[in-house]
Amino acid sequence: MSFLLLIEQVLNGLQFGIMLFLMAAGLTLIFGVMGLINLAHGSLYMIGAFCAAAVAAATGSFLLGLVAALAGAAAAGALVELVVIRRLYDKDHLDQVLATFALILIFSEGTRWVFGSFPLFLDVPDFLSGPVTLPGGIEYPLYRLTLIVIGLLVALGLYMLISRTRLGIQIRAGENDREMIAALGIDIARLYTIVFALGAALAGLAGALVGAIQSVQVGMGEPVLILAFVVIVIGGIGSIKGALVGAVLVGLTDTLGGIFLPEALKLFLDPSTATSVGSSLASMAIYILMAAVLILRPAGLFGARA
Amino acid sequence: MTDPVLQTRDICKSFGALRASRNISLDLKVGEIHAIIGPNGAGKTTLIGQICGTLKPDSGAVYLRGEDVTGLATRERAQLGLGRTFQISSLAMEDTVLQNAVLGALGATANPWRFWGDVLKDKDLRTRAEEALHRVGLQDHALTRTAELSHGQRRQLEVAVALTKQPRAFVMDEPMAGMGSEGSKRLTGFLDELRAEAPILLVEHDMDAVFALADRISVLVYGEVIATGTVEEIRADAAVREAYLGEDA
Amino acid sequence: MIRETYLNALTLGLFVLIPAWALFADEPFTITLMTRAAIFAIAAIGLNIALGIGGLVSLGHAVFFGIGGYAMGILAYHAQTYTALAEWPVLIDGTKSMPIIWLVAVLVSSLAALVIGALSLRTAGVYFIMITLAFGQMFFFFTISWAEYGGEDGLSIYVRNGFPGLNTLAPIQFYGLCFVILCLVLLFTWRLSKSPFGLALNAARQAPVRVETVGLDPTRLKLVAFVISGAITGLAGALFADLNRFVSPTMFSWQTSGEIMIFLILGGVGRLYGPVVGALAFVALEHWLGGLSDYWHIYLGILLLLIVLFGRGGLIGLASGKEAVHD
Repeated sequence: MSFLLLIEQVLNGLQFGIMLFLMAAGLTLIFGVMGLINLAHGSLYMIGAFCAAAVAAATGSFLLGLVAALAGAAAAGALVELVVIRRLYDKDHLDQVLATFALILIFSEGTRWVFGSFPLFLDVPDFLSGPVTLPGGIEYPLYRLTLIVIGLLVALGLYMLISRTRLGIQIRAGENDREMIAALGIDIARLYTIVFALGAALAGLAGALVGAIQSVQVGMGEPVLILAFVVIVIGGIGSIKGALVGAVLVGLTDTLGGIFLPEALKLFLDPSTATSVGSSLASMAIYILMAAVLILRPAGLFGARA
Repeated sequence: MTDPVLQTRDICKSFGALRASRNISLDLKVGEIHAIIGPNGAGKTTLIGQICGTLKPDSGAVYLRGEDVTGLATRERAQLGLGRTFQISSLAMEDTVLQNAVLGALGATANPWRFWGDVLKDKDLRTRAEEALHRVGLQDHALTRTAELSHGQRRQLEVAVALTKQPRAFVMDEPMAGMGSEGSKRLTGFLDELRAEAPILLVEHDMDAVFALADRISVLVYGEVIATGTVEEIRADAAVREAYLGEDA
Repeated sequence: MIRETYLNALTLGLFVLIPAWALFADEPFTITLMTRAAIFAIAAIGLNIALGIGGLVSLGHAVFFGIGGYAMGILAYHAQTYTALAEWPVLIDGTKSMPIIWLVAVLVSSLAALVIGALSLRTAGVYFIMITLAFGQMFFFFTISWAEYGGEDGLSIYVRNGFPGLNTLAPIQFYGLCFVILCLVLLFTWRLSKSPFGLALNAARQAPVRVETVGLDPTRLKLVAFVISGAITGLAGALFADLNRFVSPTMFSWQTSGEIMIFLILGGVGRLYGPVVGALAFVALEHWLGGLSDYWHIYLGILLLLIVLFGRGGLIGLASGKEAVHD
């Protein structure tokens, strides 16, 4: 277990966490402003990946693919908001869960119908492929490093958007007091559509970016969605900062747990048992982390409500 | 004179910079109705919350029948004999009036862990519930769904649910609010008799009812009790007139 | 408009008549479909206690369904390979006896429900939904990495487990067993909903503050409901595994949790027969729509969406013209 490997795994965990952040930020924003739990957020992630893969395959340009992912997911988000989601704001959580679950069924099967059941492939573009040498002589894939940078830029952008812009003021007002923004003469319906589309675009971006290192297939969104939920439970609902911290924690725990738990157990157990028990434990690590947060801070690390 | 049934000693509670309760010391004696009045935002709801256990005071203590209950949960205070009615009706709206009353009686037994028998056929619970409904005049509505009751009737049901437990002290948060004058008059008469059974800490905006009922009145302004006394004393108190009644009249 | 009571009787009638017809027409596949519907109904009745009466929106009931399944899978696997389940501290052998398997399924899923419920009930609302979903995923990934019991491939059991006095290999006999359990679970749930516990739990859903004020603990009521709920869904999981003679991590997947919830919603949440009607409708849809199109989930999704947006009472609510549940 070398130091270099450790650094590499930390970076992998960071990259994974940052992508989770893109998902969790949208979810937490949508919940904070509209009070909606959106299970179909994973579908928007999938739509982003499929848009990127299809456009990149047709044009040969990864960047055009990314643009398509953002546009496609945002458009799908806005459309879904207009047709279905806005009827759910006044309903209880059960209705929201059911309706957005229904959307998952429709989106997943619809995508399967259009693209078939076989995975699509989205290649890392040439200018981002290959390793890069970091200070200290660590070789690390340039593409993964780029993901970390993009994610951090998005986090910064979100922070600026919410703290510095007019839309941000409206979003914060919406989180605090819904009647207030109506009284201020803000077009709530439009604000909600924009926030939903923004969340969708973030999910689509994450889907496209991750699509280049994993395969693009139906059902790719939901495991990520559930991890994003874990992130939100840990970070505290409605908090973008919580989403970032939670996402990095989950990313690191998952990646490092998978590597180090089996190694650590080899100190006590024979190698094959250690590997199997270790990987079982590692698969549960983030949920154990979540349970620990629930016991210590039920409202999450940055949750407002006790 | 016996010890007070309910007592707060120097309770303080702040929300950030807002000091919602400042060293409030009150007591409720056997057989009396003690009214709490004060303008909106004076901290009446916060005070009730601390007495009933939904809020924890920052400092000070609450005593129920001589026992320090400051650290106890709402349900534990209820088990010790504290009956409460809410300002905004908090009832099982889909259930019938009778079911709500039976719930109160079930709470008094502290044993909901029976999974088989029909709760509405439990003679003891049913008798208690029906008696309470009869006393508030809801006996003819036993099988009505609570959601279909009028505003005033829900208030009556609130009182009936509290009655099923035969509490040692009542805390009532604006029981008259939203009632017509007829209902208000009837409830006044009812509370008048009820005080002999258990004393009532009454938070109320209806001044006619307060002056008609209260043995003592405490005036709460900006989280502070500025005066406590009989109806006459409060009417005569200059500070009260200035702070409160003057604005109201 | 049909009175709800008649509709309920009609539903149970279908559970008798369809298999009877299938037996005489020699259509064993229909009997298997009805067995599937009966088992799904039991699973959804379990969820109905937590969700319909207790108001706990659990998206993790696949955990209990899966635990029931693996209780069957693991016990039967050790019995068919003649290996011990555990040798220390006491020797535990596998078993092919359904009653023992059911007991284990119910006990282990109750225990899991107790732990998951105690953790999840520290919060409420959306948190509860997300946490139950996450715990479901935890079990899913755990079983995938559990190589000893087949990992991702799951476990196959060669011969269906036995029940004293019955030939469980005969589809109609196994169906009868499942149907009797369904009826017993229905009877239990009906009594429960009328009982002191049911009254208190019902109130804890609608007005937790009220329950607290009368001197009861709403969280504890909900936790007990969650445990009972998990136990029933766990029992259904054991039956489902025996129906297929196969268990795999899929039983733990979030889709399974979603489907259990769909059974309930299709029929009508909070209604005694809601899960039964819903499970029957789901199996019928799965069979017919699945035969028409490979993409039948699209139609299921649209139907679900319509029910949520326009008809909250589910199929029973639509047919009886009563949206709200009350008696």
